[in-house]
Amino acid sequence: MFTLIGGTAILALLLFFAIRNYAVQVAQSAQDNILGASVTSILDAAVIWDGVVEIDIPYASFSMLSTPMDDRVFYAIYQDETFLSGYPDLLITQTKDRDISFQTITHQGELVRVATASRTLIGKDKRTQIRVALAQTQDALSGTLDQISQNAALFVTGFFALATLLSFWATSATIGQLKRLTNSVTRRGPQDLSPFEKPVPLEMLPLVVSLNSLMARLDHSLSQSEEFIAEAAHRVRTPLATVRSYAEATLQRVDKEENRQAIRSMIRAIDESSRAAGQLLDHAMITFRADHLERQNIDLVALVNELVTRLTPIAEMKDLSLRLQCDEQVLFSCDPILIQNAVRNLLDNALKYSPSDGTVDVFVTATPSIRIGVCDSGKGFPEAELDTLATRFSRGSNAEGTIGSGLGLTIALDVATAHGGSLQLSNRPEGGACALLLL
Amino acid sequence: MRFIVTLILGLLPQALVAQAWEDRQTFNEGASTQVLRIISSTDTALFAPIIESFVSQYPYIAIEYLVTGTADIDRRFRANPDAFDLVISSAMDLQFKSANDGLARRLTNIAHPAWAQWRQSLFAFTSEPAAIVINRDAFAGHPIPNTRQELIQALRARPEVFRGRIGTYDVRQSGLGYLFATQDARASETYWRLMEVMGALDLRLYCCSGEMIDDLTDGTIAVAYNVLGSYAKARVKSKDKIQVIFPADFPTTMMRTAMVSSQAQHPEMAAAFIQHLIALQSSADEVSFPLPPLNSQLNQAEHATIALEPALMTFLDALKRKSFLAEWEDAVIHNN
Amino acid sequence: MKFLLVEDNKELANAISSRMRIDGHVIEHAENLRDATAYIETGDYDLILLDIMLPDGDGRTFLRKHRARGMGTPVIILTARSQISDRINSLDLGADDYVTKPFDHAELEARCRAVLRRKSGKSQTVIETGGVVFDPVAGLISVRGETVNLRNRELRLLEILINAPGQVFSKQKLADRLFSYDEDVSENAIEVYIGRLRKHLNPSDLKITTLRGIGYRLDHES
Repeated sequence: MFTLIGGTAILALLLFFAIRNYAVQVAQSAQDNILGASVTSILDAAVIWDGVVEIDIPYASFSMLSTPMDDRVFYAIYQDETFLSGYPDLLITQTKDRDISFQTITHQGELVRVATASRTLIGKDKRTQIRVALAQTQDALSGTLDQISQNAALFVTGFFALATLLSFWATSATIGQLKRLTNSVTRRGPQDLSPFEKPVPLEMLPLVVSLNSLMARLDHSLSQSEEFIAEAAHRVRTPLATVRSYAEATLQRVDKEENRQAIRSMIRAIDESSRAAGQLLDHAMITFRADHLERQNIDLVALVNELVTRLTPIAEMKDLSLRLQCDEQVLFSCDPILIQNAVRNLLDNALKYSPSDGTVDVFVTATPSIRIGVCDSGKGFPEAELDTLATRFSRGSNAEGTIGSGLGLTIALDVATAHGGSLQLSNRPEGGACALLLL
Repeated sequence: MRFIVTLILGLLPQALVAQAWEDRQTFNEGASTQVLRIISSTDTALFAPIIESFVSQYPYIAIEYLVTGTADIDRRFRANPDAFDLVISSAMDLQFKSANDGLARRLTNIAHPAWAQWRQSLFAFTSEPAAIVINRDAFAGHPIPNTRQELIQALRARPEVFRGRIGTYDVRQSGLGYLFATQDARASETYWRLMEVMGALDLRLYCCSGEMIDDLTDGTIAVAYNVLGSYAKARVKSKDKIQVIFPADFPTTMMRTAMVSSQAQHPEMAAAFIQHLIALQSSADEVSFPLPPLNSQLNQAEHATIALEPALMTFLDALKRKSFLAEWEDAVIHNN
Repeated sequence: MKFLLVEDNKELANAISSRMRIDGHVIEHAENLRDATAYIETGDYDLILLDIMLPDGDGRTFLRKHRARGMGTPVIILTARSQISDRINSLDLGADDYVTKPFDHAELEARCRAVLRRKSGKSQTVIETGGVVFDPVAGLISVRGETVNLRNRELRLLEILINAPGQVFSKQKLADRLFSYDEDVSENAIEVYIGRLRKHLNPSDLKITTLRGIGYRLDHES
């Protein structure tokens, strides 16, 4: 009898730490997402102008750091080893270009989370590295955690009381159920906030219900921060659209070639930044969804067909033909939004890298295994880089003169991995690149 | 010898600035050996009733009230955070940065809505829209502009009337002027067009609202842009020569904020004063609280009031400030 | 074509309108859903460009309401939000297509045309001149009664020239409208397209004149 109660107590403690540990991960990754987005937006604002670095920090960069607990914000901007602005006493570490590193350190006597990232700017005759560190205190985070811990403690105490009661007349089968539940809490990834749906014995229902309501609250606070990033993107994109439209209108009126050249580079820069912003958001969304796929049984042929129809006007603008070859129907249980995004990125790439009058072949087949392929008639992938192309922000060495942030293949790879598949890159013997999504 | 003279001449203006206060008054003098020191950008006339009702509640406290410009407050307070108990300023961005830098004391038992305070250390107690104030004589027989765009049109239509007769803050000197300018520029490009038009008409630059309104009342200038609504309204009551316009295109509303220094000599008294400020603004009439009280309606319109959030630090960034001032000087000064 | 643009950001609306007017379109602008309703009830538009987030409501709700009332005008949604999240239901609500801000005007125009083609099959504004009949929406051209198959870029080149007969276009200006900004375009490429178009127009009274070092002009010989 006492072993039973002792066992329950241990289980209760285990459950408490599992929930708390898991909450720490979720809350920290939410803060990291926002810090990461903010630091990236500051870096994106850096330009080199006549050898002088200018950084026009967007209002949204700091605005998105507002928290309910009014956390303090610190930042520092360095050019190579020289301090440019912000807080000179904030510790800054080395990072590779475009990698964001996260650390928890003590600054001004408070525990802060720091995101550090860098970017190399290439001026007329020099390269220079801009490094930005952005730190935020963790009051909101620890507030959330305290609340969760309190709830968890309450719930675990309740659980313990209930379990002790239960143990008087429960069979060992109940313990087995509890173990399974504890296991499934422990095994979850930090992004998985879906409710527990496995059938549970009637006695454990209140327990599972309160666990699920905890999950729902966590999920809610996480989706709020996502909403926030989307809003930030919206505020950036509308002014970009204004500038771009004015630039296009001006281009039609201006005759002097050097002015036209300047306007064209401006449009290219706008396209590049808006595309990068879009892909970063998509990528964040995918990372978020990847751990709890919303699987539906769908027809991949219909999905790809719709995408091809939508992209046809763009293909036509370049006098490209889009050819679709597929089985009659390929049913697959997957997250359609993710698959759609992956295929869309592969198609975007193919359209971008194909020369005029070329052909892009798309196929969907269920034999020998389920796969979606996109092949273009461009220069193909550089052979030496076939293995590394799909890592974040890398672009083929022969992709000069084409707009893109290089996240497309990464997105496709992540989606494939989330569905237990892979992404295969190859070159066609007759020329042209092929990307194969194996599901 | 010459070197020493140059040195003295060089230091003199700075020394004068460091000494001079716009105003300095002690209330309830001699009540106690303990004197609560308040550094503030609000004119004594507007603040005196608030202090008087405080000392009538706490007759054993004396208050020294020191008035100077917003940028100067920031300089002095950062240099000697232990010299002042309370800091009151209209430059929300400078106040925010001080609080963020840990220079403000956290007061845990003051109940105040989340949008009107930050980190329990910075407390807003007024809502004051920036206004365009005009001298009615200059607009006799012409339509009164209601938006920035209409103001641009009015200025362009009669340059001869307005040349040398428009005033606004010198954003390089005034913290509040800089806050209004950056928020305007953030809200709309119209701000830059307006500055260019004003710059071409020999814009006069002022350090403070008070002087600008004085010049407006006596007709030296015909238009004052981004003047504090509270100051302007106080004048309107006495003279019907001028009219206060809150631009209909996008209003910019500032909240005056107060904080207790982290190194205050009398932190409890200072906290009691903030409690008093907050209670007074929500309940009192115009006589005992002459400033416009917090207005949650304005805040709900969301765009109207400048929010107390980390984004306020954006334009204080050294690089950003440099390029903003360069652009501003380009628009305002090079056209002269 | 006649457009209704529903967009609350005035600056952006001005920018879009001025760019569209260059291509000869008529564009009217509503800043909110209330104004948009008034415009729809009184005017007749080929296409509506609809922003989603408007001061007095959500563009998608507005669209669903008007579709339910039987409004048949094609609608393209302008969105600035994340591509994934908004895409999910805008097409289900009765929109015909969407573009993400910022967008390429050539792409917007191509999408408008594709939508109109799907909806009606032909446009109301067919150009007939010098023995050439040109339907820009359907992308059809006939020369002296014979239907000619043109590729997309040839069609757009013809459209630019035929809309402004007698006006001189430099190679660079034509290149900027035919190619996207990230493509490397040699001036040769324009010569190739001009050459192909000349061949197609041969039987008609329309001639493309080369002005050495300046550009091209469409002339009507009669």
